[in-house]
Amino acid sequence: MEKSIIHIENLKRDFIMGEETVHALKGISFSIQKGEFVTIMGTSGSGKSTLLNILGCLDRASSGLYEIDQVPVKNLSRNELAKIRNEKIGFIFQSYNLLPRTTALENVELSLVYNKAVPFRERKIRAAEALKSVGLETRMHHTPNQLSGGQQQRVAIARSLVNDPVLILSDEATGNLDTRTSYEIMALFQDLNSKGKTIAFVTHEPDIARFSKRTILLKDGHIIRDTPVENPGNAAQALKLLPKEE
Amino acid sequence: MRTLDLLLIALKALRLNKTKAFLTMLGIIIGVASVITMLAIGEGSKASIKKQLSGMGANMITVRPGAGMRGGVRMDMSSSQTLTLEDLATIKEKAKLITNISPQVDANGQAINGANNWPTSIYGVTPEYLAVRMLTVKKGTMINSTDVAIAGKVVVIGQTVYKNLFKNLEDPIGKTIRFNKIPFKVIGLLASKGETTFGQDQDDIILAPYTAVQKRILATTYLQSIVASARSEEVAENAVTELTNILRKSHKLSNKTEDDFNIFSQQEMITTISSTSEMLTVLLVAIAGISLLVGGIGIMNIMYVSVKERTREVGLRMALGGRGIDILLQFLTEAVLISITGGVIGIAVGLGATEIVARVFNWPTCITFYSIVISFAVCTITGIFFGWYPARKAADLDPITALRYE
Ligand SMILES: Nc1ncnc2c1ncn2[C@@H]1O[C@H](COP(=O)(O)OP(=O)(O)OP(=O)(O)O)[C@@H](O)[C@H]1O
Ligand SMILES: [Mg+2]
Repeated sequence: MEKSIIHIENLKRDFIMGEETVHALKGISFSIQKGEFVTIMGTSGSGKSTLLNILGCLDRASSGLYEIDQVPVKNLSRNELAKIRNEKIGFIFQSYNLLPRTTALENVELSLVYNKAVPFRERKIRAAEALKSVGLETRMHHTPNQLSGGQQQRVAIARSLVNDPVLILSDEATGNLDTRTSYEIMALFQDLNSKGKTIAFVTHEPDIARFSKRTILLKDGHIIRDTPVENPGNAAQALKLLPKEE
Repeated sequence: MRTLDLLLIALKALRLNKTKAFLTMLGIIIGVASVITMLAIGEGSKASIKKQLSGMGANMITVRPGAGMRGGVRMDMSSSQTLTLEDLATIKEKAKLITNISPQVDANGQAINGANNWPTSIYGVTPEYLAVRMLTVKKGTMINSTDVAIAGKVVVIGQTVYKNLFKNLEDPIGKTIRFNKIPFKVIGLLASKGETTFGQDQDDIILAPYTAVQKRILATTYLQSIVASARSEEVAENAVTELTNILRKSHKLSNKTEDDFNIFSQQEMITTISSTSEMLTVLLVAIAGISLLVGGIGIMNIMYVSVKERTREVGLRMALGGRGIDILLQFLTEAVLISITGGVIGIAVGLGATEIVARVFNWPTCITFYSIVISFAVCTITGIFFGWYPARKAADLDPITALRYE
């Protein structure tokens, strides 16, 4: 039997704003098995970020079941959730969320600070490696305001990878990148996926979604489609086919 | 999360906000510095008062004639004539807690040596007076019992009198000076004792046989006071009781009548004055403590703002696996670091200010180890106490709420 790393059933998330209640998620169910590469798509406001925040244990559902590694999240304490966020999940935010006035290297190290398993001396090395894997080896000592949007996004990606998580959740990681860099990121994700990492990926662009193995389409807080991708593209190859830069 | 990490994060946060951190520290610096300086001044004056009072003879007991109150009116003590030579003899015979005893009759007047004159006091005493008052003869001799017996016109003079009557600082021994026109031969010169805390010059003094002062200057047979020394400081209070009982008995006072004399010990005076200066110290320290409290509120204020400003950072740290306790400790470390740094600087400033007070104003100061320990402890506690609430608030945030904060 396959083990689902994520299993949700009839998940709802309501935001109560005074008199009004916004039903952002209206009862969603699906499972993600170990090693899957899933794209979550949908129009703006359809609830993609809300869903991803819950999957990332940053937010809690109003009702419904969410099991991570077969453990219901409801039963976990704040500290246990913090541990899961640190060790199991690499989260890439829609709005980078880098610490200002802090170098790229230190930003990446931030994830390691809260990981007891990583010795102090090893942090810098691991953070540098992670930055190298996203092509930022020459920008390690730059602060966010000295980096372009795409570079900041890649620092955020490096940070999510540095703890070697089993699950990567990405909220529009390629949203601010040009096609070439997007493909590079997708090639990176595909590589990570082939090494066994489970990835759930939010995007607007069908062009990007075709590199994943499964697409979940959200609309108004409902899943309206959940299908496997036929003949997933290979980002590394697509990258080679792109016209050469002038 | 490691202690080193907490320190590094706190140091970084402070480095990025140097001015803000310094301004917050300023409150603590001023508070601690003033606590230390005030305590040093308080302790210093207490110690110097104590030293000078004991220098006058810590176990000295003084008996004066006259009741404290008579019909509600305080009588001028020297005008009562209830203290006599018989009292002196009775005390000498019966008191067991007394070692030395001397009568005292004083007169104010003009001392003259040739063209030099000097207004001063002559004290009519016996040889034991030296021991009671802890005086020493530097040159020549003290009056002896023969001088007392024959009411000899001999004197021992203090340094101030010497300097004013012998302007060329020539040897005074054997010279004749006049006090209120009566000639006295100088036979001794006292060693200097300096001023008391109250500015009274202890060297402005002439000692003569009490018989001579009684007969030749005052023409009385009464005593103005009897000074004695208790066997030790510890028995001084008991000696006062003993003397009181002896005198009441010999004056034949019934149980209802008040004492017709006054006895007080130097020890009592030390206690009274020390407690006054103690109160002053407490007051000074209270004022300084309030400024420390204000400094603490400053820390709370800055931490509160800091937490608000960095809410998104808190959210991010939590999202990356920071637990509530990590966040709490992070802000607490920052607060404690501010207060401890402020405390250390404050201690340095306090020590400096104390030095200045001692040098420039010439005030007695005394830095005590406990004042430093206390200020340091108070600082740390202030940091924890006032940093706790804002830090707790940050730690209790939900990751997503904190991340969304604007
Ligand atoms: N904290 C909140 N309070 C109130 N309403 C919220 C909150 N967060 C999200 N919503 C609402 O929930 C709905 C879904 O929002 P969500 O951010 O998940 O959209 P999205 O699919 O990620 O959109 P986009 O593609 O623009 O990022 C929206 O209608 C939004 O207004
Ligand atoms: Mg979104």
